[in-house]
Amino acid sequence: MTQPVRIAQLSCGPEYSGIQHEIDEAARQVGGEIFYPDVALKDIRRDFAKFGLDVKSPDLKLAIARAMALVEGRVEADAVFIATCFRCAEAAIVRNELRHYINEHSRFPVVSYSFTERTTSGTLLTRMEALTTIARRRALLARETQNGLTLGVDSGSATTKAIVMRDNQIIGTGWQPTTEVLKSAQEVIVHALTEAGVTRNEIQAVGTTGYGRFLVGKEIKADLVQEELTVNSKGAVYLADRQHGPATVIDIGGMDNKAISVMDGIPGVFTMGGICAGASGRFLEMTAKRLGVEITELGPLSMKGFGGRVPMNSYCIVFGTQSLVNALATGSTREDVAAAACHSVAEQVFEQQLQEVDIKEPVIMVGGTSLIEGLVFAMGELLQTKIVVPPYSQYIGAVGSALLASGFIKDD
Amino acid sequence: MVKVFIYPATSLILSDMVARFGHTPLSSATAIRERIQTAGLESPPLQITPEEPKKGLKWAAVEVPAGVRGRMSLYGPMIEACEAAIIINDADLAFGCMGCARTNELIKFLIHQKTIPRLELNYPKNEDEGVKFVAAIKRFLTELRGAK
Repeated sequence: MTQPVRIAQLSCGPEYSGIQHEIDEAARQVGGEIFYPDVALKDIRRDFAKFGLDVKSPDLKLAIARAMALVEGRVEADAVFIATCFRCAEAAIVRNELRHYINEHSRFPVVSYSFTERTTSGTLLTRMEALTTIARRRALLARETQNGLTLGVDSGSATTKAIVMRDNQIIGTGWQPTTEVLKSAQEVIVHALTEAGVTRNEIQAVGTTGYGRFLVGKEIKADLVQEELTVNSKGAVYLADRQHGPATVIDIGGMDNKAISVMDGIPGVFTMGGICAGASGRFLEMTAKRLGVEITELGPLSMKGFGGRVPMNSYCIVFGTQSLVNALATGSTREDVAAAACHSVAEQVFEQQLQEVDIKEPVIMVGGTSLIEGLVFAMGELLQTKIVVPPYSQYIGAVGSALLASGFIKDD
Repeated sequence: MVKVFIYPATSLILSDMVARFGHTPLSSATAIRERIQTAGLESPPLQITPEEPKKGLKWAAVEVPAGVRGRMSLYGPMIEACEAAIIINDADLAFGCMGCARTNELIKFLIHQKTIPRLELNYPKNEDEGVKFVAAIKRFLTELRGAK
């Protein structure tokens, strides 16, 4: 029996919020085991003073002492999960600083999360799976080239993508909006295989990722079924040819966003989610619809406009749409509105999520929204850097799956 | 017999003293151990569910963190029921400890709002202060009995 991945929990408030068992359950479902690093009262007094962050909550002092015990090697772990109450400013400061401290001084993969009493194991599952994947599959994640003939499928919330690769080359692609999960997957697979000129029987290994990964993976008998945080990171640095050293991967998706701080292709710190749909690709879809253009035309349209002329804050998709309608009603141009929508989404991601990871260049944007030039431009402006958008960026999960799946090809 | 709320509510020593003088301590009977192997310093002895933070809405609004409201679902009723209170400020972790500073602020505020006998002391830093500390608590509890 495989040993569970030991995930050290540094937290304040989950038990009194009634969600500790949800954290435990999410870890258990992906072969992980939550534990609380064992420290003594005297360690708390000493380490809290040494760390130098003068917080008042004793449980936050305990979290600091536990982080130091992990970094200094007094307690062994495979990964770290930091969790504090949503809306607690004191806890947010500690969460931020601990994540930064652990990332700087150790190789532990870290995920941080702010919870409410409504947090469920389902919302934590992908994050926990990424932690256990990084801990368990370091050798697989170190793979830099694709060998043989492999298929990757990304069953996303908005779109389903497939890629066929042969000896480090992409030879077939398939893409369509996700409707019925299995049907969409089958159709993109057929498209990719046809484009590649190969049959399903010739494929040597298959990988799946995305929301529908388990369902699709089971149906097509995938060798690799893996969450999108590690797969997309790998796909991003592979396509951008930045497999060594640091990088930051941003994926603004249809339903949630991912910001991942990567070192040598392996995620170190990552966040997933988003405060509201107003900060997701879905809002840009709605904007395009309201402006009467295809989503593919939104990027060029926004590049002709000036977002600063339209007040817009898409913190919430409903109010964001209201701002959009108001702007059009008061005579704003479609170009300016398109640019404002892109800026608003980029700003939300920047404010809500990118503060949770350590931004290191190059910054790589992937996913379907990376093809919207106005969004990439707005993100570049906010981060004051040139954003890298690699070729096939909209197929990132499928490429990452095909690449990693080649690690499952059995030698003849 | 008087119902006495103690702060920190996890202090077994304080709870024991209140009981020895014939009163009812209102506290959470959680021992603070030398080694901490639980999620928090005063991990709850009860099975807290996501319903508790909702019950805590009686004492703290929805924008207050869930951890505070979950704690208030335990301590709020005790504060409402108490007829006297002992508050020890800046207590050593080993004496008794409540993990969330924001909850602690709210608890002390709510106690201050009540017109009940209240003893508020700083945790002693040496033996002399320790002797005076115990004597003060003893006097308070004795007079409390008399007042009753």
